[in-house]
Amino acid sequence: MTVMTLGGAINAGLRAALAGDEKVMLMGEDIGALGGVYRITDKLQAEFGPRRVVDTPLAEAGILGTAVGLAFRGYRPVVEIQFDGFIYPAFDQIVSQVSRMHARTEGAVTLPITIRVPFGGGIGSAEHHSESPEAYFAHTPGLRVISPSTPQDAFTMIQQAIACSDPVLFFEPKRRYHVKGEVDIDRPLADAAPMGGAHVVVPGTDVTLVAYGPLVATARDAATAALAEGVSIEVVDLRSLAPLDLETLAASVQKTGRLVITHEASGAGGLGAEVAASITERCFEYLEHAPVRVTGFGVPYPPAKLERHYLPDLDRIMDGVDRALGRFGSETAVLGSEVTR
Amino acid sequence: MADQNPESGSTEPGSPAASSPEQDAATRADTAPAIADDETAARLLNAAGERVPNAELEPWASELDAEAIGGLYRDMVVVRRLDAEGIALQRQGQLGLWPPLLGQEAAQIGSARALRADDFVFSSYREMAVAWVRGARPEGLTRAWRGISASGWDPFTVNMAPMQVIIGAQSLHATGYALGIQNDGADAVAVAYFGDGATSEGDVNEAMVFAASFQAPVIFFCQNNHWAISEPVGLQAHRAISDRAPGFGIPSMRVDGNDVLAVFAAMRSALDRARNGGGPTFIEAVTYRMGPHTTADDPTRYRDPAELELWAGRDPIRRVEALLRGMGAFTPEFEQQVADAADTAAAELRAVTIALKDPAPLSVFDHVYAEPHTALEREREQYRVYLEQFEPPEGAVQAADDAESTSADNGGAR
Repeated sequence: MTVMTLGGAINAGLRAALAGDEKVMLMGEDIGALGGVYRITDKLQAEFGPRRVVDTPLAEAGILGTAVGLAFRGYRPVVEIQFDGFIYPAFDQIVSQVSRMHARTEGAVTLPITIRVPFGGGIGSAEHHSESPEAYFAHTPGLRVISPSTPQDAFTMIQQAIACSDPVLFFEPKRRYHVKGEVDIDRPLADAAPMGGAHVVVPGTDVTLVAYGPLVATARDAATAALAEGVSIEVVDLRSLAPLDLETLAASVQKTGRLVITHEASGAGGLGAEVAASITERCFEYLEHAPVRVTGFGVPYPPAKLERHYLPDLDRIMDGVDRALGRFGSETAVLGSEVTR
Repeated sequence: MADQNPESGSTEPGSPAASSPEQDAATRADTAPAIADDETAARLLNAAGERVPNAELEPWASELDAEAIGGLYRDMVVVRRLDAEGIALQRQGQLGLWPPLLGQEAAQIGSARALRADDFVFSSYREMAVAWVRGARPEGLTRAWRGISASGWDPFTVNMAPMQVIIGAQSLHATGYALGIQNDGADAVAVAYFGDGATSEGDVNEAMVFAASFQAPVIFFCQNNHWAISEPVGLQAHRAISDRAPGFGIPSMRVDGNDVLAVFAAMRSALDRARNGGGPTFIEAVTYRMGPHTTADDPTRYRDPAELELWAGRDPIRRVEALLRGMGAFTPEFEQQVADAADTAAAELRAVTIALKDPAPLSVFDHVYAEPHTALEREREQYRVYLEQFEPPEGAVQAADDAESTSADNGGAR
């Protein structure tokens, strides 16, 4: 076991993938000499050369579109989108091209493209640098969407994404880049849990609390705080946003009877809505209360001085847990509104 | 090869750059612009079928003897006949849509015949003649328009990506493929086909940035057919489209797209440059879409009949016929052979198109992912159980058995 940061673990995973398959190549803005603005690709260009670790022009559609052509030629491109909010210029190439080329060609062409996206807020950054765009991609058939929350998962999952024959969006919780944890860098990838699975990271009996990426740590804190109040929260780290591991989620909800889902992205049409609907369909008779969402608001990501209000924190998650338990919380305010505008 | 065809420079008579502000305003208001003509395009064969000298292009067409020119003529006649058949099939309800290529036969045949088998083509939806030359089987041309599939052929059998509907997206794919060729140390070339409208898209511009930055072996082949559905080329460009590429550091040529010899020569010179490490080239083939954008379009609403008449006089096939007559190569036997080849191809296209079967219901779930996907498997199973509630209609059992293999059975070039 080696102790490393989540960012360092991604770097180690990229290094392992580059070393293990000469068709793997990294592409992105500033990923070479600089090592990426977050240093996730630190020293990789020096180690593998500028043909394997490519500094590209500043053109996100260009990065994704050329990755498509490289995959046609047999390469496995790993592209870095510098910040979450910069993925929108590449949106068309991802949803119109990357996602469906395999289907369009009836399986003749595979696009094993990994799209790395540092995402989410909490770092006091400027506009377009704190977005959570994952639902757009989870909504699109042909794409896989995953997000690690620990250094070990980051190390394993980035390699699984690169090895996967399908395009994978790899959402990196940038405010957790510096979180340290133990990583077994010698464990063979084949021994790791499959890429699509959720993990129960804190067992509990009263409420199922679902989180992914940056909010898993907050959810763990909520479980600890709740325990002091005599409430047993089971925390499930989603890990895969598309597909969802509904089996693990349903098993947990069948045990606890209550479901709270939290994410930084705004709630409308988000992953929380998908989890709530899917679990309600499967576990309606087990539920003691309607599923509860604790999410970012339906507003553009706010300026840095306001983001602590926007981001679900321990208290807002605990408020959601209270609602799921039928306690007061903010439930009256939510359900008391008689007029829908 | 000069970096830019001198004939397409900024001082060409009548170009907006050379005209007065008043004329500029008039051009903007009436977007049928000065560059709608083909006067500045380089050619080897004029509209009357006479060879004209062009020192730059001639060396690259030297291999075209009477037999080879006859072959280009045959290809053009065959694809014009296939195109007509495609329209007829659409009118008869056998195809949902068809994008005619009438008038663009020389641009497509001349460029595609210059390619090597290991070159790789990324095209739009109108390059049926290119697909034909690359070896796509007849059903490959129609199955997407019949609604059987999103594409027609196995890309790796004919080294041509599936047709692209998103305007200009394929220019980036071609550039990426070219970067792969470069990394592999190979001497193949990637080619992006797109129209004049695509040059307004960001993707085409980003593709030129990437191609120039990395000196990728890619050719941008723009068929300026003067119309992006109802929008004239003047709405896309106030200068010759070929003028753009030099600004990206990419040499360009503007050739008469209705002159199959000039198109062939231009493509050959660009291929040679790319194979020898000279990087990308942009070719603007000045041609004209004689028909509608697709069978759903009505060009009489936006197009001056006089313009159509002008371009009818520049027909790409008639001028080669005149050339071959002058060479004594257009014999009655040859004419008959070509007519027979066109009829045979059209009859085969009709027969295989009508014979295409609808895919099995559960094949809607095929090939979305390359690896097992739990959410999709769940949906497939749910729909399978749903379908089983109904009495199977005649022949449905067989169709269900074919579910896994239907797409391959209908599979274009497979």
